Amino acid sequence: MAEIDSSSSGKGGKKGPKKVSTKIDMTPMVDLAFLLITFFMLTTTMSKPKTMEVNMPDKTKEKTTMDVKASECLTIILGEGNKVHYYEGVVEASTALETTDFSDEGIRKVILKKAQSLKSLNKVPIIIIKPMDKSNYKNVVDILDEMHITSMKKYAIVELFEQDKQLLKERLNILI
Amino acid sequence: MPKVKIARKNISLDMTAMCDMAFLLLTFFMLATKFKPDEVVTVDTPSSISEIPIPDSDILLIQVDKDGRVFFGVDGQHNRPAMLDRVATVYNVQFTEKEKYEFSIIESFGMPLSSLKQYLNTPVEARSKFKQPGIPCDSLQNELKEWVMNARRVNNKFKIAIKGDEGADYATMKKVIETLQDQNINRFNLVTSIENRPADMPAKKDDEAAQ
Repeated sequence: MAEIDSSSSGKGGKKGPKKVSTKIDMTPMVDLAFLLITFFMLTTTMSKPKTMEVNMPDKTKEKTTMDVKASECLTIILGEGNKVHYYEGVVEASTALETTDFSDEGIRKVILKKAQSLKSLNKVPIIIIKPMDKSNYKNVVDILDEMHITSMKKYAIVELFEQDKQLLKERLNILI
Repeated sequence: MPKVKIARKNISLDMTAMCDMAFLLLTFFMLATKFKPDEVVTVDTPSSISEIPIPDSDILLIQVDKDGRVFFGVDGQHNRPAMLDRVATVYNVQFTEKEKYEFSIIESFGMPLSSLKQYLNTPVEARSKFKQPGIPCDSLQNELKEWVMNARRVNNKFKIAIKGDEGADYATMKKVIETLQDQNINRFNLVTSIENRPADMPAKKDDEAAQ
């Protein structure tokens, strides 16, 4: 395109400059370019980590406890070995303490059932999460995630009470 | 049988277009890449369906690894020497200018203040072998509290993020959270990796509106 063709303008027998092909072999360049693309594609981290916002109660205020109706409460105790123990209402002799896990059919069903039973009364369940010291951080995140999934708005992370410890000891022989 | 003479054809394709595209993509990936900073500790975060991205700047990151060691780090090099100064005054420790500089270039650390000096004087290459015990945060000796408090005095815009390992026990997390609560920090972010929302549990409308 840009080369000057002087061969035709020259006089009869004079030899013009040789026409050199300007095509270069681009194969190695392309090879290299793709190699680098592959490298950058594999090393790059596109997605930033996500976060989950947590609000804890204000400790400096005098009154941090709230009186709630026992019938609306669902207490979830996060135990050792990815187990979840739960009971409804308050601790009594007749309280049914059940054990389940974090699978889809586990604690999620329990939460949804509770929500369903309160729906007719126009109430939402209040979920009290009590992680045991032996439970791990993943369990806590999982249960908070479960709250997001089931769209539960009223939940709190609380310490285990004495009567919970008693209950766990009596029913499931778990010592804390 | 007559030999069939195959005409020798020079196969050379025009690679200009392919080359253009390859370099375009290369440029894109080179510019978009942000290399991960050297992490002092490996933390496998649990996953959640939460889709709130971590803020770009002003993060105060508390990391808890699976052995329950606590690491602390703040964003922004210029904040770090001032923070170190304040904490050093609390515990009556002196740091030299060189140590302050060394401190300002480390992303996060997990040393009690008493042995931080020793860590800062270790050459960079040898640091990976240095066993960091984690920042003490129990009720007897709560250095984490001082770090958080003084970091927030240096820059009050810090948002607090906790990055815990899946296997970290709750007892340690509880100590960290209590430390924050004691300073009236009741909102913080838990760093998680992404997970898909279960198909049978779509987000409710009010949920979407809130986001």
